Amino acid sequence: MKFPADLKYTASHEWVRMEGGSALVGITEFAVHAIKDVVFLELPGAGKALQAGAPFGVVESVKAVFDLNSPVTGTVAEVNQRAAEDFELLKDPYGAGWLLKVSPAALGQGLMDAAAYEAHCAAEQH
Amino acid sequence: MSAESLKKTALNAWHKAQGGQMVGFAGWELPVQYRGLAEEHLATRAAAGLFDISHMGQVRVDGPQALEFLQAITTNDVARLAPGRMQYSTLPAPDGGLIDDIIVSRLERGYFVVVNASNTPADLAWMREQAGRFEVSLKHLPRSMFALQGPKSQALLQPLTPLALDGLRYYALAPARVAGREALLSRSGYTGEDGFEICLEDEDALPVWEALMAAGMGQGLAPVGLGARNTLRLEMGYALYGHEIDRGTNPIEAGLGWVVKFDKGPFVGREAMQAMSQLGPQRRLVGFELVDRGVARDGYPVLDSASGAQVGRVTSGSPSPSTGKSVGLAYVPAALAAEGSLIHVEMRGKALAARVRKPPFTPSHVRKN
Repeated sequence: MKFPADLKYTASHEWVRMEGGSALVGITEFAVHAIKDVVFLELPGAGKALQAGAPFGVVESVKAVFDLNSPVTGTVAEVNQRAAEDFELLKDPYGAGWLLKVSPAALGQGLMDAAAYEAHCAAEQH
Repeated sequence: MSAESLKKTALNAWHKAQGGQMVGFAGWELPVQYRGLAEEHLATRAAAGLFDISHMGQVRVDGPQALEFLQAITTNDVARLAPGRMQYSTLPAPDGGLIDDIIVSRLERGYFVVVNASNTPADLAWMREQAGRFEVSLKHLPRSMFALQGPKSQALLQPLTPLALDGLRYYALAPARVAGREALLSRSGYTGEDGFEICLEDEDALPVWEALMAAGMGQGLAPVGLGARNTLRLEMGYALYGHEIDRGTNPIEAGLGWVVKFDKGPFVGREAMQAMSQLGPQRRLVGFELVDRGVARDGYPVLDSASGAQVGRVTSGSPSPSTGKSVGLAYVPAALAAEGSLIHVEMRGKALAARVRKPPFTPSHVRKN
């Protein structure tokens, strides 16, 4: 399982990549693997204000509903509509499966680096 | 409930070794999935699935008045059961609400009742209380139970048993050796596929389970968890106790009138059911398919499409792995129960359009005889 070093992570399995004052947000490979069968993805529209730590959307498996929590405070600039319609893209969660571009964006508190997040995932599996 | 206090089936260690994701269910620790819910669901429809359903309660009913006793406490007509046959039925309370839904089997001598895990203590208490009026003995059998379901079930099972399976009809059962162990074998299940249920002693569970898994090697047989057990039954529109039926639902409104036999004589709850049957229920359990994108979940409000007012609730809902559509079961006012009626389901504040559709949502393949 990959934990790219250039990303920051939330305890609820979202990732964020800062690029200047903008952010790219998605869900992690661990989350995609744990959810297994994604059947529905609900994302906010462009222009929506996000608050770090607050839910911004929902991912559903056959069995359950999971909140997506924002790692950043900012405004949604772009939504990955392809991923919202073709969940296969989530199998490339750090590439084609990104979910939101947020601009401007400010990182929230308590995000983890790759090593800390990997340890967090290992602990959650037990 | 903490993991320590959950009951374990005889296959607990096997499930964990095979990557089963264990959860608490009705007081038991059971796998919700192994490799993935959808994969296990589709394997059952395409080839076969093996389910550990040892949490189900098994009760022997014997004695000279076993028939009279069962007639009095269940809704179906037990007198119509020939030896070796089974019937779906319900266990009602005096007000017509349901204590459980059950399967009653007639053995060569005596009867055998399978009840839901979550209700086993309540069922036993109720049955023991009612048994006081009859010459009857009740015995709870703490033992294992599997379901082998799917189009390849018979081909996989036949080499392991001397019983000629083709002669075993739908909802029939017989004692038989399976992989050299004594078992009670029936053609029945909860998936809408052809298949079998196997009751056996705990000490025989692991060797028989492993023999079945070995028989299915390379044949597409998958071990299946509770997750797919639920989606498979939902695609058929089968009721699940605690969702479609409970102490507050009468079998008439739940669409179970076909297992309520008023002509058999007196039974618990008969008057309440007869009254509802004659007046017609105000609400009915229906199937529905979402028109809008989304997933309807258990407990979501059903809205009147014209007024937006809540008029019912979803009892079970899920994407259907077989069809890709989002389906569910719900109680709606009788006026909205007709096939094709437009309803709305409220999902996180949004009203999603849905059409009433009579289950099954994908064709049933149970044997017709």
